Amino acid sequence: MRYLPLTDADRGAMLEKVGAKSIDDLFVDVPEEARLSGPIEGLPMHASEMAVEKHMRRLSKKNLAAGDAPFFLGAGAYRHHVPASVDHIIQRGEFLTAYTPYQPEIAQGTLQMLFEFQSQVARLYGCAVANASMYDGSTACWEAVAMAARITKRDRVVLSGALHPHYAEVVRTMAKFTEDEIAGAEPALQSAPDNQGLIARIDDTTSCVVVQYPDILGRLPNLQEIADAAHDKGALLIVVNTEPVALGAVKSPGEQGADIVVGEGQAIGVGLQFGGPYLGLFAVRDPKHVRQMPGRLCGETVDAEGKRGFVLTLSTREQHIRREKATSNICTNSGLCALAFSVHMTLLGEKGLRALAAENHRLACIAADRLAKVPGVSVLNESFFNEFTVRIGQDARAVVRKLADDGVLAGVSLGRLFPGNDALADGLLVAVTETTTEEDIETLASALEGALS
Amino acid sequence: MNAPNKSGWKPGTPVEGHNAVSGPDTVTGNRALMLEEPLIFEIGGPDTTGVDFAAGADADRLASRLGDLARSEPIGLPGLTEPETVRHYTRLSRQNYAIDLGLFPLGSCTMKHNPRLNEKVARMPGFADVHPLQPVDTVRGALEVMNELAHWLIKLTGMHGVAMSPKAGAHGELCGILCIRAALEAKGDAREVILVPESAHGTNPATAAFAGYRVEDIPATSEGRVDLEALKARLGPDVAGVMITNPNTCGLFERDMKAISDAVHAAGGYVYCDGANFNAIVGRVRPGDLGVDAMHINLHKTFSTPHGGGGPGSGPVVLSEALSPYAPLPYTARTADGVVHLVEEEDADSFSEEHFGGKMQSFGRMTAFHGQMGMFTRALTYILSHGADGLRQVAEDAVLNANYVLRSLEDLLHAPFAHSGPCMHEALFGDKGFAEGLSTLDLAKALIDEGYHPMTMYFPLVVHGAMLVEPTETESKAALDQFIMALRSVAERAIAGDESMKSAPHYAPRRRLDETQAARKPLLAWEGELAPSGRAVRSEVGGR
Repeated sequence: MRYLPLTDADRGAMLEKVGAKSIDDLFVDVPEEARLSGPIEGLPMHASEMAVEKHMRRLSKKNLAAGDAPFFLGAGAYRHHVPASVDHIIQRGEFLTAYTPYQPEIAQGTLQMLFEFQSQVARLYGCAVANASMYDGSTACWEAVAMAARITKRDRVVLSGALHPHYAEVVRTMAKFTEDEIAGAEPALQSAPDNQGLIARIDDTTSCVVVQYPDILGRLPNLQEIADAAHDKGALLIVVNTEPVALGAVKSPGEQGADIVVGEGQAIGVGLQFGGPYLGLFAVRDPKHVRQMPGRLCGETVDAEGKRGFVLTLSTREQHIRREKATSNICTNSGLCALAFSVHMTLLGEKGLRALAAENHRLACIAADRLAKVPGVSVLNESFFNEFTVRIGQDARAVVRKLADDGVLAGVSLGRLFPGNDALADGLLVAVTETTTEEDIETLASALEGALS
Repeated sequence: MNAPNKSGWKPGTPVEGHNAVSGPDTVTGNRALMLEEPLIFEIGGPDTTGVDFAAGADADRLASRLGDLARSEPIGLPGLTEPETVRHYTRLSRQNYAIDLGLFPLGSCTMKHNPRLNEKVARMPGFADVHPLQPVDTVRGALEVMNELAHWLIKLTGMHGVAMSPKAGAHGELCGILCIRAALEAKGDAREVILVPESAHGTNPATAAFAGYRVEDIPATSEGRVDLEALKARLGPDVAGVMITNPNTCGLFERDMKAISDAVHAAGGYVYCDGANFNAIVGRVRPGDLGVDAMHINLHKTFSTPHGGGGPGSGPVVLSEALSPYAPLPYTARTADGVVHLVEEEDADSFSEEHFGGKMQSFGRMTAFHGQMGMFTRALTYILSHGADGLRQVAEDAVLNANYVLRSLEDLLHAPFAHSGPCMHEALFGDKGFAEGLSTLDLAKALIDEGYHPMTMYFPLVVHGAMLVEPTETESKAALDQFIMALRSVAERAIAGDESMKSAPHYAPRRRLDETQAARKPLLAWEGELAPSGRAVRSEVGGR
């Protein structure tokens, strides 16, 4: 077996050293009736690298890769070009095969990277402090809700109807067990977000308001007025962002008064990967909230010779120290995805991110204008960044499936996201990035035209 | 003393008085291949980028469908060109220890070799470049991967079902505990307490508390196992379940596991098993045969998806027949016609009705989308490479390697449970016998100077100055012999009272770091302004 270095001679010598006659002697504490006498039946035996690769390649070919079709899906996962050097760097063994940096003297590479990552995320979000990552955007969203309850000592949560339904579902699921009360809503197909309706739901018992920006329909809510209303009632504003590239073009949530900003970092550096692993981003505007944050934090310090160095810090918040009193049970997070994000963001820089955002928006505007010309199609959004909603006058799920059969991945139907809500059934969410060509947009427009006629 | 390798070759050791640290200071702060590196904020600028766009892409041409929210303030992000970027991160990488560089004996963490085929497979476009919300007919291969891996996990553990979506071990623990809570609530049986041994991972009590339970300790026997009689005495109508790690964090197999499960079940509770240490028993024992109701599997430990400097992980949870109906959405299921279905909120009820007689009553959703697909492809690749026979050999070699380490050191280092039988995949030592003033931390830092990552320290809490060594099965005998030689040497120094250990490590990229200052005055983000033009010279920053 190519991954196991011990030879039979080694095994024999080692058994002798430990005073065992056979390997079975080392498993004597397993109750006899539970011991397996040989390989588990009905499972294949070991296979060569070539054979395994062939099997996996065959499975991979049963999927339609996004790059092999005109592609317009978003809804929380975005396809962007990732520079080749990003993947090269994350495959360096010193990053790929390192552990969580608990021994800082021999983990400065990971630690400095995390400090840089935290700094990049904090700046992008307009916040003071970001942590070293969470699992993904949806779990970061729930952690923010739980954190708001700790800070405000209130347990009534107001969710915007235009929050990603998976995120809302995660919050609802977790709240069943923590007994937080969740006031959710379904989105309405309006051209602008219903800020006033949301504000009306905030009262003196509200711990937090959760708003997505841009929202699930692609619209851009003005956050400042929601922040003001929340703060008036002593509640916190949590802003969820699922497309970090947008923040190269629009104001950050922090500068509009958000208290906790969380999001999905997948769009920068990580890739689609059928939904995971992704990268949860988590930041707070006010440094006084740092001690209520979940997850790992990397901080700057000095070593015994006075040289700058970095360590994981404030770990008295965490499970390995605080056990049942920890701010979260999270342990392993998304270190390597954070590295991918940070490398990609370093390659972009301020200039590149702004150019990337501009290119996304330019192409999205072209797409919106083109699709609006398709008979039977209307663009819902007053505002959007790189994703917008169109109404197509018939069940969008069926149309999406039909177009997929024709080799066009047309977008995400609102029926897929909000099953059972008939009012949304003719909505189609269309995302456009720098990877989309004007030819792709033309292909989508004519395919839609064909499907709708 | 053991020869470090088969040929008897030994590295040169410094001639006395010519130690590497005694050379002159350097103007750059570098020491040959040990290179200092500034922060990106100190070398990057707002006008530098390493990404080119097609002509015509330009921030100034930003059309305005952004409402009144167009960004006006600078973000403050530094950019680097590609050569500068590659150099920055390559220089950083060289300050890391990693499994690719040497043995990584972190107990309960299973740092084993990460085969590169796994990486190659995960990057196939049909896996890497697929959106989670594509129409299911365009992602049948991805669903098959999930289902094939699920099948393996169920067979290897002898369980009834598996929840694939949890994102890491702790998330899996939460999934299992929520299944228990949902199962109890379905019976109208509200219970308040989860019992957790003192030797448990910190995630166990944190998880139980997060799910709304009160946590109570289970006492241990002097031989390092759960005290069955004390546990039985505590069980009652308020106990929802127990969380037990098996093999446990003392490196021992819980002999009474079946009796524990039977007692917990008789009292109306459920058994959660922390599967962090599954590597020791895969292919030798099936947790399902020991009465376990739920167990997470760290794909990044047992099935060798890389740790990546702290994740991503993946924590599928295998479930007993009693708990399977409550598994979170979404899940995959293969029907009699061979088709793998993706079951989400919308069709959960109808699918349950049609295929499970209406028994599936999921407790809800734990994450967006379907789980850690990128880890599923890697883990399945690893599992298929080993096969049923190879995985059994994995456990055997992991256990043999740990016992070899235990028996090669027990004469020198205090091994509190050496008399409790063979260890499983990890060997536990304590600091008894160290000279006054020297601690486990000092030994660990001295081990760094010998070129090793330290073992897990001060865990489990039940042993004073604990050192938990897990060599894993991917180490050769020669590699173990050299590690044992190094560990014996530092142990001897600790016992003899070698004061120089207190200031170790001496040869790492950094000496001991001031963690107190880091916590007292937290500096968690770079707070300076970017230099608009002209960058810091490398030697001005980062160095001494």
